[in-house]
Amino acid sequence: MAVTHPKDGAPGYALTTLESLVAWGRKYSLYPFTFATACCGIEVMGAFGTHYDLSRFGAEVVRFSPRQADVLLVAGTINYKMAPVLKRIYDQMLEPKWVISMGACACSGGFYNNYTVLQGIDKILPVDVYIPGCPPNPEGIIDAVVRIQKIIETGAPRAVDRWPIK
Amino acid sequence: MSIVLDRLLERFPADIVSTHSNFGDDTALVRRERIVEILTFLRDGPEMLFDFAMDLTGVDYLGEEPRFEVVYHLYSLEKKRRVRIKVRLHEDDPVIDTAVSVWPGIDWYEREAWDMYGIVFRGHPNLKRILLYEAFEGHPLRKDYPKAKRQPTIGPEE
Repeated sequence: MAVTHPKDGAPGYALTTLESLVAWGRKYSLYPFTFATACCGIEVMGAFGTHYDLSRFGAEVVRFSPRQADVLLVAGTINYKMAPVLKRIYDQMLEPKWVISMGACACSGGFYNNYTVLQGIDKILPVDVYIPGCPPNPEGIIDAVVRIQKIIETGAPRAVDRWPIK
Repeated sequence: MSIVLDRLLERFPADIVSTHSNFGDDTALVRRERIVEILTFLRDGPEMLFDFAMDLTGVDYLGEEPRFEVVYHLYSLEKKRRVRIKVRLHEDDPVIDTAVSVWPGIDWYEREAWDMYGIVFRGHPNLKRILLYEAFEGHPLRKDYPKAKRQPTIGPEE
């Protein structure tokens, strides 16, 4: 609720809750950590590039240290040998944190129905947003970031609250 | 017949099963019992001087007996020659003596053959998995390995 002084035009005041103020700040300063292991990584580069320009949504500061990141963007095939590495990176990120699973491989193993590839990263991590596609368009990544913003804005429960999936 | 195979037959008549030079590729199928002696001779023999062990790999001939095969690809930097040495191994006893004492660099190839085919190299100093992780089940390049098998997921601490 915002109130201004109608007559003298002096700055007024606004009423809000602390939660929504913090959420407003958070949603426009998401620092992604891109865990790119396959061709999806190329699309991530496209999304961060000038043409699609993910910085319009406040998520342009890619952090290559999990300690400084808010969003883990898993782009690519995760095999069983890589799984503990990914899990450790997730564990090193500070709360609150969100996970985007990008592409068919990260979501479900994709067409790698074999003995080396993890059949979806949600076996080891709580995933907030899945992006389908092989690989998805940069628009898909933008949409995922906007959905993360919606989760933050509305205070909707994160995936970690309902994980592991039964 | 090439000079390499000639000398090999001369020196180890009882251990050579067969030889051929199809398409110029000298190949000898040998028995496993004296493999280290054969490889040492190939390295040190005057006409041999195979100082470079380019590759070692396993092969699974599923349905044949013996089932497994170990292939050594050797190259002589001095003589500019190549030779292939093959050894067949039975499924119930896929064991062969290690060649690390002949060429130290063959260490990791033998570990790879153990990792992928389960071939045991007796006397190897560090015979453990090289490409896969320790909790991986089985040896995946065996032709009867289930394609869609699932592995245990390990945590970061393991």
